[in-house]
Amino acid sequence: MIWAAILGGALTCYLAKLAGLSVPARVLRNERVQRAAAMLPIALLCALVLTQTFSTKGTLVLDVRGLVVGAALVAILLRAPFLAVVALAAVVAAAARLALG
Amino acid sequence: MMFAQVRVGFGRWWSPVVRDGLGIGVATGTYGLSFGALSVAAGLSVAQSSALSLLMFTGASQFAFVGVLAAGGGPVAAVATATLLGGRNGLYGLQLSRTLGLRGWRRRLGAHVVIDESAAMAVRQADPDTARTAFWATGLAVFACWNTATLLGALGARALADPAALGLDVVGPAAFLALLVPRLRAAGQPRVWAAALAAGATALLATPFVPAGVPVLAAAVPAVALALAPTRPRRTAGAGADAAGGEAGGVEPADVAPGGADAAGGNRGGSADVGPEGTDAAGRDRVGSECGR
Repeated sequence: MIWAAILGGALTCYLAKLAGLSVPARVLRNERVQRAAAMLPIALLCALVLTQTFSTKGTLVLDVRGLVVGAALVAILLRAPFLAVVALAAVVAAAARLALG
Repeated sequence: MMFAQVRVGFGRWWSPVVRDGLGIGVATGTYGLSFGALSVAAGLSVAQSSALSLLMFTGASQFAFVGVLAAGGGPVAAVATATLLGGRNGLYGLQLSRTLGLRGWRRRLGAHVVIDESAAMAVRQADPDTARTAFWATGLAVFACWNTATLLGALGARALADPAALGLDVVGPAAFLALLVPRLRAAGQPRVWAAALAAGATALLATPFVPAGVPVLAAAVPAVALALAPTRPRRTAGAGADAAGGEAGGVEPADVAPGGADAAGGNRGGSADVGPEGTDAAGRDRVGSECGR
């Protein structure tokens, strides 16, 4: 099932790329369409951050992930490199679990 | 004659844009390491993680795909989220198609490496030849580094007895945040902030009521509604600038603004930091750090 999803997702993402190169530019040269295409990734990333931080299996929860993401946010605002942010998050998560049992 | 040709070819393939493309490829490797590790921590196999990087090859979509599955979402929700995030690559293609002028198998091959970095590097070049070189050099360098790093990250995470002990299982949202913040920063547009907040609120509110994975899809609704909402009249005159800004929100768009290809000079002003010579260290980091792909 996961393999089918991988292949399916790869296909749709590839078709999006190919469509852009193949469709006559004027068809989608529309301000609103472009705005939507630009805003969607930002909105979805925001939704992903919040749901993955504050929910577990359909319930809203506040747990160690809130702490982890908070620490990551500070590092990001200080313009830490991506890998440093991820490493810091892993360390904070491990430390919090040790501390909280 | 032959020497001259060789030298031309050589010069072209060791030009600054090629060097910059390689640099960006190496920079994206760090994301690839994280992706491979997170993917395995989320329960995918090393082969599945590598298949995603080889076949899907668009970073933000891959992170989202793995994240939705890790949260208990179904395969359909994972594919849908990845597709929505990958849709922006289509926009890049639109901006690039005339410049690149790809036909036949070159187009089908080139499409695979239409991503944040290759598009950003190609669009900011002054002439089509350099743009083509930048596109291929960046796209192929990122492809090589991204896939190598994914494999290393996945193997590394598999070597750990218990990824949870290292906190790898909860690092996903931190990675998304690192992809999100630079984009919000670049956008600096009230409309983009509003869309992000509305999307986040919608997803959280929907969480108790719908199956896993669906809240993130539901979040697309208010975002699209806000994007399609008419621009206020007093802004009409600046509609173009508004559109460009919105995109800046998106991806690299300050540089990849759709107007970019035609109105070359105008939009490029927005991206300021990187000249056609390309990419000082700061510029490279910036592109790297936005490698949502």
